[in-house]
Amino acid sequence: MTATTPSSPPGERSWTARTRKRAVGAFPPDQLLPDRQPVYVASWIYVFGVLTISALLVVLASGGILALKGPTWWHTSWVGHYVNSLHLWSVELFMAFMVIHLWGKFFMAAWRGRRAMTWITGAIAFLASIGTAFTGYLVQQNFDSQWISTQAKDGLNSVGIGAYFNVLDFGQMLLWHIVVLPLALGVIVLVHVLLVRLRGVVPPYPARTAEPPPADRGTP
Amino acid sequence: MSRELLAVSLNHPGHYVHWGVIQISVANLVVIGLMIALFALAIFLPFPQGRREP
Repeated sequence: MTATTPSSPPGERSWTARTRKRAVGAFPPDQLLPDRQPVYVASWIYVFGVLTISALLVVLASGGILALKGPTWWHTSWVGHYVNSLHLWSVELFMAFMVIHLWGKFFMAAWRGRRAMTWITGAIAFLASIGTAFTGYLVQQNFDSQWISTQAKDGLNSVGIGAYFNVLDFGQMLLWHIVVLPLALGVIVLVHVLLVRLRGVVPPYPARTAEPPPADRGTP
Repeated sequence: MSRELLAVSLNHPGHYVHWGVIQISVANLVVIGLMIALFALAIFLPFPQGRREP
């Protein structure tokens, strides 16, 4: 914390005070956790974003338990089978909800109104999810993962990344799956959600009338 | 898991649909069909309005 000068209030010049001021300025509490939404949000298509996040939380929780207990547990015990299946099916729902969310946002051109970064972070989250799902298939420790890794290695070697991303290396793929990619995905999703709070939920296209369209910045 | 516990027998090769250069498993086709149906329902089904502010 920096020393204060007589001309400035105590703590005003410290980096914590400046960070707090900027954070509260960008995300006032009622905008960060709003209790009401614009009227156009009253449609089922707007539900798929939060459904995707809900599924992601189940994915992370079940994946955390699998990581703690290990392959012998998830292959041999009935509780292990259950948590393994919970992880698989929550991922299936996560991907399905995310793709429906993507379709909805694509057809309403959700990058309008200074929302380009919201769209871009969503696209990066989608790509990171595909990588995370792929490495998940590789670390199942069964014939399925053996088949997928031996099929994938030739494609990855042909583009020259096999030395850095070796799908036959279980240890490396496990760490990509449970550390690097979930961390990256978590950060991207957090930024994505903060951008949605910052810019507001994208409104639908205005009706085709002779009148000029209203401003399309959503008021959360 | 013993085979009799499964609702659907998986002890056979998967079924595939071939259409020119396109080849897709029936399972994946069903999933895509369900997602399109869910998307259409989300567009057309009315959303519950809840309580109104005075």
